[in-house]
Order: sequence, then structure tokens, then C-alpha cells
Amino acid sequence: MKQINRLSGGQIDRSQTLSFTFDGKAYCGHPGDTLASALLANNVRLMGRSFKYHRPRGPLSAGSEEPNALVELREGSRQEPNTRATTAELFDGLVARSQNRWPSLTFDVMGVNDWLSPFLAAGFYYKTFMWPKQFWERLYEPIIRRAAGLGSLSMEPDPDQYDKGFLHCDLLIIGAGPAGLAAALTAGRAGARIILADEDFQLGGRLNSETFQLDNKPGSQWVAQARAELEAMDNVRVMARTAITGTFDHGVYSALERVSDHQLAPAPGKPRQTLWRITTKRALLCAGAIERAIAFPNNDRPGIMLASALRAYANRYAVTPGRCVALFTNNDDGLRTAKDLAAKGVTIAAIVDTRRDTPALSPDPDIRAEHHFRGAEIVDTRGHLGLKSITVRTLEGELKTIACDALGVSGGWNPNVHLASHQRQRPVWRDDISAFVPGDALPAGMMAAGAAQGDFSTQACLHGGTQAARAALLELGIEAPAMPIPDQRGEGSAFGQSAVWHIENGRRRAWVDQQNDVTVKDIKLSHQEGFRAVEHLKRYTTLGMATDQGKTANVTGLAVMAELTGQTIAQTGTTMFRPPYAPTAIGAFAGRHRDENFRPVRKTPSHKWAQERGAIFVETGMWLRAQWFPRPGETHWRESVDREVLATRRSVGVCDVTTLGKIDIQGGDAAVFLNRVYCNAFAKLPVGKVRYGLMLREDGIVMDDGTTAHLTPNHYVMTTTTANAGSVFRHLEFCRQCLWPDLDVHIISTTDAWAQFAIAGPNARNLLRKIVDAQFDLSNEAFPFMACADITVCNGLRARLFRISFSGELAYELAVPTGYGDALIRELMAQGEEFDVVPYGTEALGVMRIEKGHAAGNELNGTTSALNLGMGRMVSKKKDSIGSILSEREGMNADDALSLTGFKPVDPTQTFAAGSHFIPMGGQEIAHNDQGYMTSVCHSPTLGHTIGLGLLKAGSQRMGERLLAVNPLMGQRTEVEVVSAHFVDPEGERLRG
Amino acid sequence: MIIEHPLLGPRDAQEFTYLGDASMIDRPDWQADDAADLFYKWLYLRDNPAGEHRELWFHEQGDRSWLVVTRNTVTHEISKVELARDVARQAGRSR
Repeated sequence: MKQINRLSGGQIDRSQTLSFTFDGKAYCGHPGDTLASALLANNVRLMGRSFKYHRPRGPLSAGSEEPNALVELREGSRQEPNTRATTAELFDGLVARSQNRWPSLTFDVMGVNDWLSPFLAAGFYYKTFMWPKQFWERLYEPIIRRAAGLGSLSMEPDPDQYDKGFLHCDLLIIGAGPAGLAAALTAGRAGARIILADEDFQLGGRLNSETFQLDNKPGSQWVAQARAELEAMDNVRVMARTAITGTFDHGVYSALERVSDHQLAPAPGKPRQTLWRITTKRALLCAGAIERAIAFPNNDRPGIMLASALRAYANRYAVTPGRCVALFTNNDDGLRTAKDLAAKGVTIAAIVDTRRDTPALSPDPDIRAEHHFRGAEIVDTRGHLGLKSITVRTLEGELKTIACDALGVSGGWNPNVHLASHQRQRPVWRDDISAFVPGDALPAGMMAAGAAQGDFSTQACLHGGTQAARAALLELGIEAPAMPIPDQRGEGSAFGQSAVWHIENGRRRAWVDQQNDVTVKDIKLSHQEGFRAVEHLKRYTTLGMATDQGKTANVTGLAVMAELTGQTIAQTGTTMFRPPYAPTAIGAFAGRHRDENFRPVRKTPSHKWAQERGAIFVETGMWLRAQWFPRPGETHWRESVDREVLATRRSVGVCDVTTLGKIDIQGGDAAVFLNRVYCNAFAKLPVGKVRYGLMLREDGIVMDDGTTAHLTPNHYVMTTTTANAGSVFRHLEFCRQCLWPDLDVHIISTTDAWAQFAIAGPNARNLLRKIVDAQFDLSNEAFPFMACADITVCNGLRARLFRISFSGELAYELAVPTGYGDALIRELMAQGEEFDVVPYGTEALGVMRIEKGHAAGNELNGTTSALNLGMGRMVSKKKDSIGSILSEREGMNADDALSLTGFKPVDPTQTFAAGSHFIPMGGQEIAHNDQGYMTSVCHSPTLGHTIGLGLLKAGSQRMGERLLAVNPLMGQRTEVEVVSAHFVDPEGERLRG
Repeated sequence: MIIEHPLLGPRDAQEFTYLGDASMIDRPDWQADDAADLFYKWLYLRDNPAGEHRELWFHEQGDRSWLVVTRNTVTHEISKVELARDVARQAGRSR
């Protein structure tokens, strides 16, 4: 199809032609076009269907405020819904589709909603889907879900990269219109470090869309010169296609750069978008203003748009949505549009001005219109899929129908105050321009200039921009000379407007928010039903929600509500402004943190070796740990785990325990320090010994447990659980710096410095004998249970040996510098061959600790005290330690307090699950009968049946009692017997042997 | 937010973890006659000011300093940043 609506001039590159499709049909455009401008050039005005009533819609605007022209771009995994055609830069091969219609854009079955509109007013859902209650989940929700939403997702992973970056500057200039460019030139020439950002791909803002001249040059030429000058400066970073999306504390701004959105696919190595975090000393809001519409009956037809958009399409994109255009205005902007369009050969069918006292057109010979109505209004329009005519009510009350295929509407301008209000600052109302402007309380370090401040003339923007930049830099101690303001001609008369917000005509609907299908009637209903505060109005009607956030609708909606309540607009106020200013893809927030890079992965020193052995891994925090090591022929994880447990208890097994937190503690007061952070006594731990330590929070709940070894005088090594390695370290630093600042104690995390392996089983010593250098005596007498020492292994490699046992077997933990971890595990396996050594994973580790009755994460669950875990007597009352005072509270020492005990099924063939609750035999499964709960459960290969640990009321005094372990979620009820938690070797003979 | 670290200069708040009211420094004397009551009040009773608040931040991804940051909870303005160790010493804490 030919571009029949193309005009002369504009800032498009006619030397190149770009092909694209919309709903499968092929069209052409040029570089410099947006999808919307190219479609209009091809006489396509209909671009979408509205959200609720499925009304046919075309673009209202030529910018990011667009409520209507939302389309799906691209295909396959790059398919992107709800993209604004007015900001989508055209590229060759672009595939676009309309949304929210079936079977086609011109014939949409759901258009029936429009006929049902009397039933679908605001609050319809709240009122209708209340009853019957059980219909909600099964019937209403699925139907509403199917009907809701506009575009669709590809359901495929996004193939593109998104990036995050950090930038710093003295002055961030938000918006590169006349004010922003003047500010950037002023500050740039003064040598300040500045960032100039604009969401558009062209700098210049309205200068691209108007016809008046600066220094006898078209505005766009002046912009090009300014840009070239700025880009040549080392201290200036010009960022086009970059929307500043949020104002945060202390001069931090978020910015979304659409790096590759204007290409079919990103160039190799380039991200699709980058989310920047800009830290700046000062910021200048030069975000301009957005024109607003007037709500008149049937004001939403394709072809009806903002007057400023008509000008932008004509002057910048060389496009008109129709050859016969009418204008509806309450200010001089409408007249300016008529002049510009007439100059391009477009017929002006009528100018409908709500003001009575504007002069006739004759003084300005360039404004020609077939009709000029003053004190008139548009009361209806016609044309189902595109505008065909308007009906005007003249000052005298006469109705006149005028044929036209496009209509420009101007209801005044709203400054873009959003970024000035992101920290709860409220904009203030100015009666003279009938608009909100940023108030006196701006975010710290921010100033506003130009149209964003309510200064709408180009001269005022240029002047305001340069003055604001000077003022901002002066605060930083930089004196910047004022920029000479370019001579400006042809902008015409001052901005005179009369506030007209909406027009009534019987029962016809007048749209306020086109994106959410909110009409004047809906606002009236909201008022009638008591939802009068602006925040209520927003939620009741959905006014101002979704991708455009009501940029063209909110103020009009407020004005209508103000009229209804009899308040002023200033009293009515605005809703809260929140980031992001522009829609931001979740992918941009995620950046590179996706898939395997979602978060860092920590691998143990034996990871590579375990991988070679075919280990199955489990995530524990950031760590990947071997969970079990399947052997050929093993088909179920239990086979592998049972084998690992039995082999360890029979001979010897090895497990990588590097992930346990290790904290090196040194200093003259190290013993004092340990004695205070552990609830049990630590002051007199001799050199060469390890002790179990229980760490409490101040409220007496257990924080963590582990062992601490006294290696040499004033040098200890503490271990923590894997999960709490970070939080315990933070806690110790708190104690050291905040509670006892003069203790001579220093700590450092050495978790990553040492590879550590548990070697457990009756042959543990025999295996170690082959690894540890001969001069170290490992006999039970020389190196008994709970001994520790600095030693050497494998002919001189420094190592640490601890005789501690989590499994209940004769066991050691051997640590070597991390770099030797891989070699050590291989050596242990090689040397252990004669003992049939097995590697075991976290599952076997867990089974053996449950068999031994050791508390672990399931029991140290943030609700249990030392008493609950059977370690109440460990809490020393003779010393000051964290948690000791509040451990003594009455409620934590009740006679029937939960205590940790073992459980086994009365019938050994039966099983139960962790999380089961204990109920007395024959008792009902109600909370009143709850006696506690099962914390850890496993199959014990040693005993041949299920065993469990649990917290039972007064459990330690109930050995032999029978209870029910019930799990209503799984439908389980198992009779269990209360037994000692020490299922294996209760006397501890093995670990001392 | 940006926190002006007394040793390291301006640092992004993302590098820190937050604990809460700086009164956590004032841990009571365990041997006081009413120690149980003092500990209860110290641990559980907090002011919740709309305005200036002294609070503890830990430079976990930095130099591991605990800091006392004076922050306005309404505006997020940070008016003072001190090393918690200095604050503790000034409050008479030692060993």
C-alpha cells in the first residue's frame, strides 16, 4: 500500500524505505518513523481495541503517554505485548499485531461488551461476582482471567540479555527539550560532569514538532547543532532512548535505556535494554508537559487525537491521520495546529473553540478554516472504525454536523511532575495555567525548569533551563556563564486558555481514561457511591492505572470529581506518584541475574571430583553440595543413601563439610569473648581441645550451634552451621564492636580458606594413619575424642585435625588449604580402597545425625530454646552470656515445655513424616490436643525402620508412651512410641573408641 | 540510599544490612538486681519515631564496620554517621 497520508518535509529519511507488517499486511515507512506514524502514513488509523468495551481505537498521542495504540511486536520468543506504537521505532522487518480482539481488529466479537456497557460500569465486578461464593474460584475467576489483559506472552524464555549499570555525575538533566538542551549546553560548557537523558530517540522534544525558528533555523536544526556540540564534550554523556523512571533517596535515579529495541534483534554482545542507576549531586527536571484531552461524547474514535500529536505527526513525521481535519480547543494551541496543518495542504474543516472571545481568524492569514465556531463545543461524533463526522453545538445552541476524518483536541497542558513527586511530594495547582506544577518541596537536589515547571513558551524554556543549570552548579561551586538565548520567531501568541474539562450530551459516554475505559459517567457513579477521595476514585474506576498511568487522563478525572464534590481541584489533590515513570520489563530489573546466573553458586573443593563420581547435588544456600553418590545399578536414592550409611558405620566414609562456617578468632580476650557468645562455659577450654558450643539469641532462643577448637594460645577456630555462617559472623562483629568494644579480639571468616572433610567409621583412624605424617600420634590416648591439632599430611602439607563426630562413629574432620581439597579427596579415596571407603552426601549425613539424635536446622528452627533441645543445663548462670538472662523467663521454663525426643513406629513397617503433630491415643485431631510435632524423619538403615526426632510436651519424661503422629495433609495417622533420641550407640562408645 | 561511611566515604545502602535501633548497644548489666526486667525492656521496647532515628547498620559487603546512622524516617535524610564502636565507648562500654 502507498503512504497516501504522507506530507512534505519532516525528519524522516526518505532515501531509505523500511518494510513492516501489521496484522499480517505489508506496509512501508522510513527511518525516523514510529510504528504509529508509519501506520498513519499508510492510512491505518485503527490500531487496537479498548480494554473493557473493546471499542475500536487509534493513537491519541505521539509519545510515551499513549493510552490506546498498544500492540504486540516481533514474533516467537521475542514477542512483546502492550508496546506503544507511538514510541516503537520503525525498523525493517518489524512484525506487529493488534491485541484484545477476536477474530480480527475490524470485527471483534467481544465488541458486544460495548452494547452491554450499561451493565459494565465501574464497580461491576465488585458487585456482580460476590455470590454465590463457591462460584468464584470455579467459574468467575477463569472467565475473568480469560477476558482480562490485552496482549499475550510468547511463553518462551526471552533470548536477549538485559544489563544493569551504574553512572555518576554532577548534574542529571531529565529531558532534552529546549529547557534540557539549554541546561546541558550551559553546564557542559562550564565543564561540569553531566548526563542528559531523553526517552525519545531524537533529542529536542517539542522543537522537533513545531515550525517556529531558533536563530533563523528550524528548531530541529538547532537541536542537531546542540547535540553535536554536547556529544563532542568529554564531560557530557548524552543518552537518547533513555527514560528516567524513578527518583530515589540521596540523588539516586533509575534510568531505562532501550539499547536495541529499535532493532530486529540486538547486535552481538549488546543488551536489549540496560537499567541504569545514576547517582548525581543535582538533578534538573526538564521533562516537559503532556497535552490533555477534553472529555466529550464519543471522543475515543480512531482519528481523534491530541492537537499536539497532530502537529507532531505533521511536522516531525510528515504524516496526517486524515486529509480533512477539525480541531477542538480551549486554548491557542488548537489554532497553532490549524496553521501548521493548513501549511502542509491539509483541509481544516472546522475550528471549534470553547472560548467566546477569541478574535476571528482573519488577523492571521495563515489560519484558514471552513468553519470557525467560538463558544462552541463538540457534542457527538460518528464513525465506527474511524472518525467520519463531528456534531458541533454552537454558541446559539444550533447543532451542526461536519464531515472530517481526523480531529485534534487540546484541553491544555499538564507539566510532567511525576519525578518531582516520587518521594511523596505533592504537586501544587496553578489556576493561571489550570495545571499542577512541582511544589516548593522537591526531592533533595532537584530543580525543575521549562514546561515541567509550567513555563510553556520556548523562550521561557530556554531561559529557565540555562538559569536552573547555573543555579544548580553554583551550589556545587561551579560558576557557569549564561547561555545566549537564541532568537526565536513564529511561536505566536501567549498561551490563553479557559478550563473546559468535559461536555455533556444526554446519555452518550465521554471517555476520560481511554486505556481503562473510564468515562465521566463512571466518575459520577464513583462519587454517588461514596468513593470520592482521589485514591478511592482510582481504585474504584481504575482511572489512571496500567501502562500509561493516566498521563492524559488523571487531571481531567480529578477535575470532574472536583466539580461533583464542589471542591476546587487543588483541594481534590492528586493520587500518589510512584516509580517507574515508564513501563519497565521485568527482564530489565532482573538484568543478568537469571537462569544459572540468578545468584552466585559456591562449589565445594571436592565438587569436580564429586561430579566425576556422578554425584547428585543439592542447593544449600548458595552452596552446591553432593547429596548422594549413586552407583551403577542403584535406581532409587534410598538405595544409595542406605548403602552410604551402612558402609560408613561398618568401615569408613568421607564427606565434604567445607560449607560449615569457619570463623578464626584471635586475641588476648578470645576466651572471654567465646565465653560470652556461647551460653555454655568456654573460659577454660585447654589448647588442643574442641568443645561443642550453643549460641543463643538475647531472647533465649537458640541461634546456632557448632564446635570451637583451641588451636594455640589465644587462637580459636569456630564452626557454625552452613545456613548461619553469615548471620553468626555478623552477630559476633556486633558483640565485638558494639557490646564490648575494648575486648582484645579479632575475627575473620575462613570458610573459603579451608577444605574440610569428615572421615567417619571404625576404620577412620586406620585411613588417616595413611594420610597424616608419621610424627603425629593418632592413638586414642594421644589424640582422644574432642582433640585438635595443627598437623601435616601427605609429606608436609599443613593441615588441621579435629576429632569430632556428627555421625556418632569414630570420626575426624581434616582441613587443608582449599587449593589442596581436590587432591586430598582423591588421596583419601585412593588410600581408603583397602577399607572399602565410601564418599557420602548430605542425605547420609542427615540420616546418621538423626540416628545419633543430634539437633540440626530442623530443630534449631528459631522457636526452640536450649531447654527444648535437652540442653537447658548447659546455659551457665555463673557468667554473662548472650541470652542467659532471658532464658530464665517463666514461660520458657514451664514444666510441660517441648523437649526433643526420639520416635519410632510401633509397627516397624509403618512410616510417618516430618511435620506430623502428636495427638494422644484416641484423641481428636484438633489444636487443643496438640502435644508437639515431628521435626526430622528418616529411614534408618541401621535399625531397618523409620525413626524421627520431635518436640513433645514434657517429652523427656514420657519415654515408652504411645502417641499418634498425625499428618492430615497426607492423610497419615501412625502410632508411635516415645524413645531416646539416641538411636545408635547411646553410650557414645564408638566415638570415644 | 547513600551512607557516608566515616572511614570509606559515600557507600551505597545495598552494601549494608540493617539491624535496628541503636539502643541495642546499651545492653544492661547482667548482675543488676532487676536484670530480667532491664533485659526485657531493652530487647522488646522500642520507640518508633517519625523523624530522627539512630540505627545500626552493618557494612557487610565492605569493611564489616557496625555504624550508627542518624536517619530521618520520614525523609530518609541522613544527618550523622558514626562508628558504633566509638558510640559504644562514649556510652561507657568497654570490656
